[in-house]
Amino acid sequence: MNHLNRSKTWWLSQTLIYFIITFVTVSCIVPIINLLAISFSASQAIIENTVSLLPVGFTTKAYTYVMHNQKFWTSAKVSLLRVLFGLPINLVMTVLVAYPLSKTEQAFPARKYYVTFMLTVMLFNGGMMPTYFVVAKTGLIDTLWALLIPGAVPIFSCIVLMNFFRGIPSALEEAALLDGASQGQILTRIFLPLSKPSLATVALFSLIGHWNAWFDGLIYSNHTVNYPLQSYLQTLVASNTQAMLTGDLKSFMEMMDVNDTNMKAAQIFISIIPLMVVYPFLQKYFTAGLTLGSVKE
Amino acid sequence: MQKRSAQKIRPNKRFRRDTRMYHLMLLVPVLILFVYNILPIPAGILMSFQNFQPGRGFLGSKFVGLKNFQRLIALPDTMPALVNTLIIAVWKIVGNLLTAVTFALLLNEIQTKWYKRTVQTITYLPYFLSWVILAGIMIKFLSPGSTASSMGFMNTLLMRLGLIREPIYFLGTNETFRASVVVSDIWKNFGYNSIVYLAALTGIDPTLYEAAAVDGAGRWKRTIHVTLPGIAPFIALMTILAIGNVLSAGFDQIFNLYSPAVYETGDIIDTLVYRLGMENSQYSLSAAVGLLKSIASCILVLLGYKIADKYAGYRVW
Repeated sequence: MNHLNRSKTWWLSQTLIYFIITFVTVSCIVPIINLLAISFSASQAIIENTVSLLPVGFTTKAYTYVMHNQKFWTSAKVSLLRVLFGLPINLVMTVLVAYPLSKTEQAFPARKYYVTFMLTVMLFNGGMMPTYFVVAKTGLIDTLWALLIPGAVPIFSCIVLMNFFRGIPSALEEAALLDGASQGQILTRIFLPLSKPSLATVALFSLIGHWNAWFDGLIYSNHTVNYPLQSYLQTLVASNTQAMLTGDLKSFMEMMDVNDTNMKAAQIFISIIPLMVVYPFLQKYFTAGLTLGSVKE
Repeated sequence: MQKRSAQKIRPNKRFRRDTRMYHLMLLVPVLILFVYNILPIPAGILMSFQNFQPGRGFLGSKFVGLKNFQRLIALPDTMPALVNTLIIAVWKIVGNLLTAVTFALLLNEIQTKWYKRTVQTITYLPYFLSWVILAGIMIKFLSPGSTASSMGFMNTLLMRLGLIREPIYFLGTNETFRASVVVSDIWKNFGYNSIVYLAALTGIDPTLYEAAAVDGAGRWKRTIHVTLPGIAPFIALMTILAIGNVLSAGFDQIFNLYSPAVYETGDIIDTLVYRLGMENSQYSLSAAVGLLKSIASCILVLLGYKIADKYAGYRVW
């Protein structure tokens, strides 16, 4: 209906809207471009403050340095393993919870007890230290399992998938039951193939969650070799590396013409790359996932 | 098999399914949740009333009654942490809500499809980056410059534009820390948060707009009288569900951005719990703070759910 009254005020407000939207959008990307520019800039330019959105004195030395940084790659390997195992674990657990709980109370009378249990888990938090000691008592400290098992059942994802399962017509299941299908067959032959978009959402959330998690790695590892990438980066960001560096490394860095700033920037940027790769897929699915989880008929 | 099927097609009789399979499926997830999410609850309660020592374990540590809670009240860090948590959390809830709704409304007015998609792609991006990454970016971006590092882009820009004379130490002074935290949180989330409202906007009956246009309502009037009432239930629901977060001001963010210089305005309950437990080995004290927070949060979340269920018919499970 807008075309009926495109007055002067309409054009004015439209211009204003475009201006505001463009401004906030640019503000979202500028810090990231700034980081990228810094990572490719020469030390001297960074010290003199001349780097804004384009690299000054373009150099890939910071990246060459990262290539030789053993710690970075050790932790990247931990992160990779974490995603490789964590993603399937999360997916399987989500399905195992979502499927039975998507049934009606008539079909699954014990559902209400399980739901109460899930609600308790969601509502009450044991706290950082008690959880730490339970993880320690079960012998997970300094193992990859500490990053996989305590968070193996993502409750938010369970709710998303459960709601999706509920939307699948019950006639399909009843027909399969009449044909003599088992519950396992109904799940794998009917429910899972029908819920691909929802499963993709869950998988992507799990992927992002595992890739971005840093705190568990930090507290459940005594040795830094067990740090995932984000935990390693956390220690890097939190510290003033320049002050901590001892003779050898410092002279090596000077020789390489890298400094604290572009070296950090390069490592941060490399760690974002995997996210950028999955981002297009993410965009396709997360809207569906988010609205499924929050908006119900 | 034959007999069971025959039973199932009998009219007026509900399907009796074999539920053993359901219990079997739930076994492993429930076990994991029980060990890592439920067990810490009694463990935390136990620890709060003990002088917990890891060597002696949960059952061997000495019982001290309410001593941890008394120490907690006497601790000078407790009150500021509580106040900071509430202030930062409330500002974040209000700020995130207003920006997300406004952004959704503005974006809805944009008809150029490719431009809208590009805007969405870019503004959703910060949500998917961890606070470790964003802290790394922001510490540099907001840096006032010192002997160790150069001035960040923000201060350089503000000074070139002549808006400030001296660089501002956004993350290092008590006057600016809370604002920096709230604004950066909004910056990270507004795009993603707007998705819910954009989805709600598509659900508004287009005939309402046509009727309003026939009645001579301009864009502003239509927004006030058609769009806002249309998405009001969603705004209310999101606000209610956010109540539960009032005691969580964002550990991931603050832990990565704060420093001892800004404990006065930036220390929150969760960071206090961390420092007490992980850095000072005051396990029982840390558990006591965690327990109190957990109880209060639980009540708030339940309250939110109750209201949401009553007025919006919203149920989580």
